[in-house]
Amino acid sequence: MSGAAERRMTIAAGAFGLGGVLLFVALAIVALPAQSGGGYAGAPFDAYVWRVTRFTLLQASLSTILSILFAVPVARALARQASFPGRIWLLRLMALPLGLPALVAALGLIEVWGRQGLLNTVLVAIGLNDPVSIYGLFGILLAHVFFNMPLAARLMLAGIERIPGEYWRTVANLGMPSAAIFRFIEWPAIRGLLPGIAGLIFMLCATSFTLVLTLGGGPAASTIEVAIYQALRFDFDPPRAIALSTLQIALTGALLLVLKVLAPPPPESETTGKAIRRFDGVSGRSRLTDGLWLILALVFVGLPFAAIAYSGLQADLPRLARDAAVHHAFATSIAIALLSATISVGVTAVMIRAQQVTLRRRQTGAAARGFAGTIDASTSLVLLVPPVVLGAGWFLLLRPYGDVARFAPAVVIAINALMALPFVHRVLAPAMATHAARTDRLAASLGIAGFHRLRWIDWPPLRKPLLMAFSFAMALSLGDLGAVALFGSQDMTTLPWLLYSRMGSYRTGDAAGLALLLGLICLILAVLGTAGEDGAREGKDA
Amino acid sequence: MNSPASVSAAVSLKDVEVRFKTTTLLFDCVIPAGQIVAVAGASGSGKSTLFNVIAGFEEPEQGAVHILGEDMAGRLPAARPVSVIFQEHNLFAHLDAATNVGFGISPALRLSAVDRAKVADALKRVGLDGFGGRLPPTLSGGERQRVALARALVRHRPLLLLDEPFAALDPGMRAEMRKLLRDLHDEEGNTILMITHHPDDVRLLADSVLFLDRGRIITHDPVDRFVERRDITAINRFLGSE
Repeated sequence: MSGAAERRMTIAAGAFGLGGVLLFVALAIVALPAQSGGGYAGAPFDAYVWRVTRFTLLQASLSTILSILFAVPVARALARQASFPGRIWLLRLMALPLGLPALVAALGLIEVWGRQGLLNTVLVAIGLNDPVSIYGLFGILLAHVFFNMPLAARLMLAGIERIPGEYWRTVANLGMPSAAIFRFIEWPAIRGLLPGIAGLIFMLCATSFTLVLTLGGGPAASTIEVAIYQALRFDFDPPRAIALSTLQIALTGALLLVLKVLAPPPPESETTGKAIRRFDGVSGRSRLTDGLWLILALVFVGLPFAAIAYSGLQADLPRLARDAAVHHAFATSIAIALLSATISVGVTAVMIRAQQVTLRRRQTGAAARGFAGTIDASTSLVLLVPPVVLGAGWFLLLRPYGDVARFAPAVVIAINALMALPFVHRVLAPAMATHAARTDRLAASLGIAGFHRLRWIDWPPLRKPLLMAFSFAMALSLGDLGAVALFGSQDMTTLPWLLYSRMGSYRTGDAAGLALLLGLICLILAVLGTAGEDGAREGKDA
Repeated sequence: MNSPASVSAAVSLKDVEVRFKTTTLLFDCVIPAGQIVAVAGASGSGKSTLFNVIAGFEEPEQGAVHILGEDMAGRLPAARPVSVIFQEHNLFAHLDAATNVGFGISPALRLSAVDRAKVADALKRVGLDGFGGRLPPTLSGGERQRVALARALVRHRPLLLLDEPFAALDPGMRAEMRKLLRDLHDEEGNTILMITHHPDDVRLLADSVLFLDRGRIITHDPVDRFVERRDITAINRFLGSE
């Protein structure tokens, strides 16, 4: 095959992928107003919708503030106590929530903070008979802080670790007291990151579905996404679902815009585990306060994991292992995850390659630049149109053609693939750019093309980022409840959906066993995805 | 700031041993007060570790470190009579020059009007009159090092450690900085230890030279003798007289 033919084919494949992504999202959006029968202005934006919107913004704001307030002392303690036994494990634990499906985390949090949970048991034992209720705003904030405090702390820690080593020596040489170190050195480093971190957390919390669904506990504590789901699945009120979806897109759109203008995304959180030599934080008092914060973080993040493991092992695992429903859900989940991850990684890789090929010429026309730019934008389209909104659109679009459950597998796979696009793109784009810069000219001059190029030039160095992207995409799909919740039925149950229904029917033992299984699969995928990423610890250098 | 007459050694290291995973460094030397001492040697020979031990960033496994006759064992870096200037990152980049110098007077930055006047005066002495409000990124490399010198001036520590302070500067700037350093030394009467890779710094600035090779101090000569030496390969290599 000639170079020109290969080039045309690559661009065509990229265009095909791009077209697919755009069409899938566009159809969902077009379906929303088209299905409402025209009468969509006015009535649907009632008091309920506004209350839901207000609550969405309120819980996202509070979650962001609390996560950051908790993260600052934890990050500082981790930075200051740069070498204590188990520090690396604490850092690893702080990375775990990101890989955990929201539903599994919710279950773990209920085990600790719920009515029959650890906390209330302790409270009752010491004579306090007024149990803390996890459902409602409290539970939502708790869960959001559980997910986002470690994220924020890790990003802040990375920021503090980027402070040049000379600073710490100068600080030690000058004898700056700890309050001054925080005010003049650490806080400025953290402050610069805050807009990005806050924006990211706010975005995650404003579009949080599963946690609000499981821990909201009623219409009083419902976010827009959950309200869309309820409008379609329970009230069957399409105009309201459409109004809510429009609001959601407007909200996320405004947020993305504000973030783009105000807050640069936080730099990659490479907490390398590299030991930074610091000379402060050795006094008894700073050791004590740092220790208390770290223990608090350890308990707060670690206990739900321990609870998942403990109650999962208490469950009747052998019976679950023989349960046909579990087999079915397991097989369905794995199949959906494999397919959606394959599509996500495949489409992204092809689109990135097409983009590279288009932009390689010295003179790129407006069309080529537009094509490349659209590819970039399309990978984060799902941030603008969240999965539940996509699902709602397709739900309404497919309804005239019979039972929506029939289309469930295809739609869920597509939505899951789309959900993973931003993450897959963030892993693959830099790796593929470096690879192209290193090999494109050499491969062209040697005439290595087509399959041979893929086999000998592309696969070996790109295998790692591809596998990493693939396992992220799979973990995302495995943990997804949003798309399945809208479309799920007797015929199509995934593991999260089965877990959610067993939780709903108070079969807590089963739920705990399933949560353990699902959590383990996702954590293994997360570990596989990041394998070999830990930087080597830097020792004492002469 | 002359050291008491009874104490003639600014720094004395006795059988100081610093162990790393693969090597052990051994330092043994006496540095008389009031000198400018160049510290030279190939990279990895232990120059920075020597400074770390004196400044208190590294505790030796064995041996005694005395500064001006006082045992430094267990003393925090800030409690030692030492100021340190590195090749770069001496200034906190987000704080202006005057604030950076102010830390030399009060590490918690509680400055009186008198203190502020002292800061302005120190900046004037290093030739940066009126630069107090400038942020480090807007200064040249040489100007940043002058601000660091101004901070050392307001701290009044009898021992100044300079870890390749001119390495990032161009030759013209280096000559200027050498002159400034010499003038300040003459005014202050302090002891200066300076790590350098440049034979010029040694010839034009130093009174004596500590030469390190593979973790040992192999010579400590007056500068005239040092530049005439031909008997040690490592020194020949350093002086470019192979």
